[in-house]
Amino acid sequence: MRLLLYRARTLLGVNYSLMTEYRAEVCLWVLAGIMPFIMMGVWMQASQDGSFGLNAVDFARYFLVTFIVRQLTVIWVIWEFEYQVVEGKLSPFLLQPMDPAWRFLAAHLGEQLARLPFWVLLVGLFFYLYPQAWWVPSGYGVMLFIPALLLTYILRFLIQYTLAMLCFWLERASAVETLWFMPYMFLSGMAVPLSLFPEAVRTVVMWTPFPYMVYVPVQMLLNPGQVNVPLSFAVMGLWIVGFWLLNRWLWRLGLRQYSGMGG
Amino acid sequence: MRYARVLGIFWRSALLAESEYRLNFLIAALSSIGGAAGTLFTMWLLFAGRGNLSGWAWPEALVVLGIFLMLDGLIASVLQPNLSRIVGLVQQGTLDFVLLKPMDSQFWVSLRNISLWGIPNLLIGIGLLIYGRAHVAGSVGTLWLAPVALALAAGTVYSLWFCIASTTIWFTKVWNATEVLRMMMEAGKYPLAVYPRGWQIALTFVLPVAFFTTVPAEMILGKRPWEWLWLAGGLMLVLLLASRWFWRYALRYYTGASA
Repeated sequence: MRLLLYRARTLLGVNYSLMTEYRAEVCLWVLAGIMPFIMMGVWMQASQDGSFGLNAVDFARYFLVTFIVRQLTVIWVIWEFEYQVVEGKLSPFLLQPMDPAWRFLAAHLGEQLARLPFWVLLVGLFFYLYPQAWWVPSGYGVMLFIPALLLTYILRFLIQYTLAMLCFWLERASAVETLWFMPYMFLSGMAVPLSLFPEAVRTVVMWTPFPYMVYVPVQMLLNPGQVNVPLSFAVMGLWIVGFWLLNRWLWRLGLRQYSGMGG
Repeated sequence: MRYARVLGIFWRSALLAESEYRLNFLIAALSSIGGAAGTLFTMWLLFAGRGNLSGWAWPEALVVLGIFLMLDGLIASVLQPNLSRIVGLVQQGTLDFVLLKPMDSQFWVSLRNISLWGIPNLLIGIGLLIYGRAHVAGSVGTLWLAPVALALAAGTVYSLWFCIASTTIWFTKVWNATEVLRMMMEAGKYPLAVYPRGWQIALTFVLPVAFFTTVPAEMILGKRPWEWLWLAGGLMLVLLLASRWFWRYALRYYTGASA
């Protein structure tokens, strides 16, 4: 247990220092996530005549929390993994008595820390420019939001890491991520709050993993009454277990393929 | 003339290399179709049964989206495969070889490669533009404007993109700067009028997304007199010259592989 803690601390420390080297780039990464602010503008303007049952402030808060959720769940493991597999850099890690997944996860958490000040600053700037949107979330909402966010993180990481396993067979697996990004963009609630979807569409979409990456955590903070809380956690758990099993299976299969490539 | 011949050779070799990755093209086509469908669905929800959104009817909004997709296709096919390589050229010092060639270096770094990734978006964009324009009720602008306005918009996008990519000379790891630009371009999917005041100002003066999609669309639809071409042309020319000057200025700070 002590060894485990020691490892975790070292990995995190190293990765955080590494990422602070790239401060300028991290700042740009944060800026690349401004898409929710674009959609915020569109929806705030469109809601002026009261067509949606949500007013401008509701939309502002929705997309602000969307921005925060997106920042806190940024995953890029597929690009890193692709690079390491194509360049053969994965090999030395395989010799270590630790699954390389932990190394990738630590890199993500380090980057997460380095990114924090930039997006907090942006959120502050937003409230300065648009003080009407300021509010204090309910305690119940926060209590649901934190575990939901954690599960969202695990789910996003697992899905992308599973897609990354395709690197063992395809040279450009990150192209698959580009394809995956499309349904994520439109079905997760990043472009439209899912509550505005036609009933039938929403019912179907709620069974896919996408809404649990943005819409569900956002709603848990803003209006927990809008989502079926136990069902949401159950669906998230199911997807996590499913992708975890798929991931381990592909990993074992892929390693055989990988060593074949080297030998 | 010499440049045209060289360009032909460049692109033929690039396409040959590209044909190695046919699966990529299929993926690009699928994600283009998905992206267009998703945006149309979002736009349909935005309209929410209303006849128009801030003065833009549905077919008119389609024209804007069509122009956006065409520009996005051009970016994916021409700008992305070239300008993303500048980082590598600078990091490894291979920019030396480009500078030694008896050819304009900006031409080389901007047009050396071409990719098929953007073709699906380009085609969908053309389709939406034609469909939208055919369904607009009432008076519409002259059609000859369309290619001119689009060429000017493409030139403007290129110049801005190239300036950002040139900053690589100083920062080397600036790959994401163009990615940020691409994300901000997303704002051009919708007509400028659907944004609140503050956004409109930012999208006109900070990042001239308005000149990429809304202004060309307005000219094509006859919502804006054709004389606006002069302004769009002037803006493009200024930015193009700025990009040339900026590239030369940046090169002065390039120390090469040996330094």
